[in-house]
Amino acid sequence: MAEIKVISGADAIAQAVKLCKPKVLPMYPITPSTLVPERLSEFVNNGELNAEIIYVESEHSAISALFGIYATGLRSFTATASQGLALMHEILPIISASRFPAVMAVANRALSGPLNIWNDHSDAMSERDQGWIQLYCETAQEAFDTTIMAFKIAETEKVSLPVMICIDGFSLSHVYEPVQIEDAQKVDAFLPEYKPSVMLDPKKPVTIGAIAFPNTYFEFKEAEEIAMSEAEKVIEQVHKEFAKKFGREYGNGLIELIEMKDAEYALITVGGTTGTAREVVAELTKKKKKAGIIRIKSMRPFPKEQLKNAVKKIKILGVIDRHASIGFGGALSNDVKSALNGQKVIVEEFVAGLGGRDISKAKLHDAFEAIIRGKKGYWLK
Amino acid sequence: MKQIIVLGRGGQGAVTSSQILAVAAFKDGMHSQAFPNFGVERMGAPVKSYCRIDTKPITVREQVYEADYAIILDPTLAKSFDEKVNDLIIVNTNKKPEELGLNTKAKIKCVDITNIALKVIGKPFVNIAALGAFSAITKQVSLKGLEEAIKQQMGSKGTMVEKNLAAIIEVHAISKK
Repeated sequence: MAEIKVISGADAIAQAVKLCKPKVLPMYPITPSTLVPERLSEFVNNGELNAEIIYVESEHSAISALFGIYATGLRSFTATASQGLALMHEILPIISASRFPAVMAVANRALSGPLNIWNDHSDAMSERDQGWIQLYCETAQEAFDTTIMAFKIAETEKVSLPVMICIDGFSLSHVYEPVQIEDAQKVDAFLPEYKPSVMLDPKKPVTIGAIAFPNTYFEFKEAEEIAMSEAEKVIEQVHKEFAKKFGREYGNGLIELIEMKDAEYALITVGGTTGTAREVVAELTKKKKKAGIIRIKSMRPFPKEQLKNAVKKIKILGVIDRHASIGFGGALSNDVKSALNGQKVIVEEFVAGLGGRDISKAKLHDAFEAIIRGKKGYWLK
Repeated sequence: MKQIIVLGRGGQGAVTSSQILAVAAFKDGMHSQAFPNFGVERMGAPVKSYCRIDTKPITVREQVYEADYAIILDPTLAKSFDEKVNDLIIVNTNKKPEELGLNTKAKIKCVDITNIALKVIGKPFVNIAALGAFSAITKQVSLKGLEEAIKQQMGSKGTMVEKNLAAIIEVHAISKK
């Protein structure tokens, strides 16, 4: 039976992975994602999950094993953060170009240096060009739900791309809050068994990972681009199906509009900051300020057209970026500006929350105040 | 919404304490959230953990800047936090409130939790027992909610469950006085 339990965001992901029944799990724990492999190890140990765990010697090995497991046609999963994701960098595009529907959780943490274990988005944002779908979560419940959706999205044949589920390190991975843990049969009915379209089989030999010469490499990348734009539709469809079956929804699965109907000023947020911003907007609405929030859930594919439609009545848009592209703003604000090229809305960037600096209600009020007064964006320290 | 700070030293279990509080509040039918403020994760270093309890779903994710209640597991930390506490500070100590020299408008309640823990558990484990004082004085969580939460969260820890429950009940009883 489905039950509601107070658990952490990382635990919520592990619980969902258990219900998705991966067969092999390559694991290399790193703070703040450690609780995910820890819980999965418990599930395997106590017989709740019938999977084999490979305790590897580095994140590079974890992601390489993930590639290998998918090459043998099995559903798999891993989790990492920060430097761990950076060490995986080399293998990320190999998985996406091989079109393996792998799923990985990232408990977003600042990149060293200086050494820092706390939350920002610099790890995952730095990997946004590697052909992985990136879905950012606001709550532990959403992390649970997104994990289940992620396998289905990735394994939809016309997508066949890996998915990164991003949760804020500590400020979601370690937050205990109520999560409805769904019934196994209900998840089984939603997520069919994984049927690989290609795999290594001695009876039907194929080559995986062959060299692509200049006459074919380009086409591989083009195919990924097409698959990523298909993913935009598939994410919406899978999300709609999920909402119907489980009764919870997150905007349209790609983008969420909060109090945007009459808004003239809006902030764009990603991940857990959205929850705090919801309270700020409620307070501003009480004071008759026309403020709203646009939450980007899917960073890749980026919901360009839907963002364009959402800002038609917005005068000034502030982007809360938990990542700095040193020398040129932040990844999110650059993407937003690029998507809105030619629109009359003014976009201001606010780099915030680096290395775990709290994004408080007061700071979000300051950002709203700045855009309402027509002031420039700044580093929201 | 009620906001609670639990302050202790690495190894004392302040994080577990706030988690059990959140689970207990949820068992009582409330919405809750618990999260640590991680610093250096070393034995003996100050550790702060937060809990929020509300009648409606909690969306806010900022740190706690102003709390209703504080639970201080180690009295030597009583002066070492920046958050304003408005209502009540529970301190694990055998001293009297005026001996602590705290500059606060909140009520101060001193309970010698270590003494009870040594007697009932046989070890100075105060993180769970302290919740008995919180329940007795603030009525924000019930003893029944705490009992269910401890069984759920510590189920694998054998006799420690029973011992902690006994300690919580004793701390609850003396805190009402």
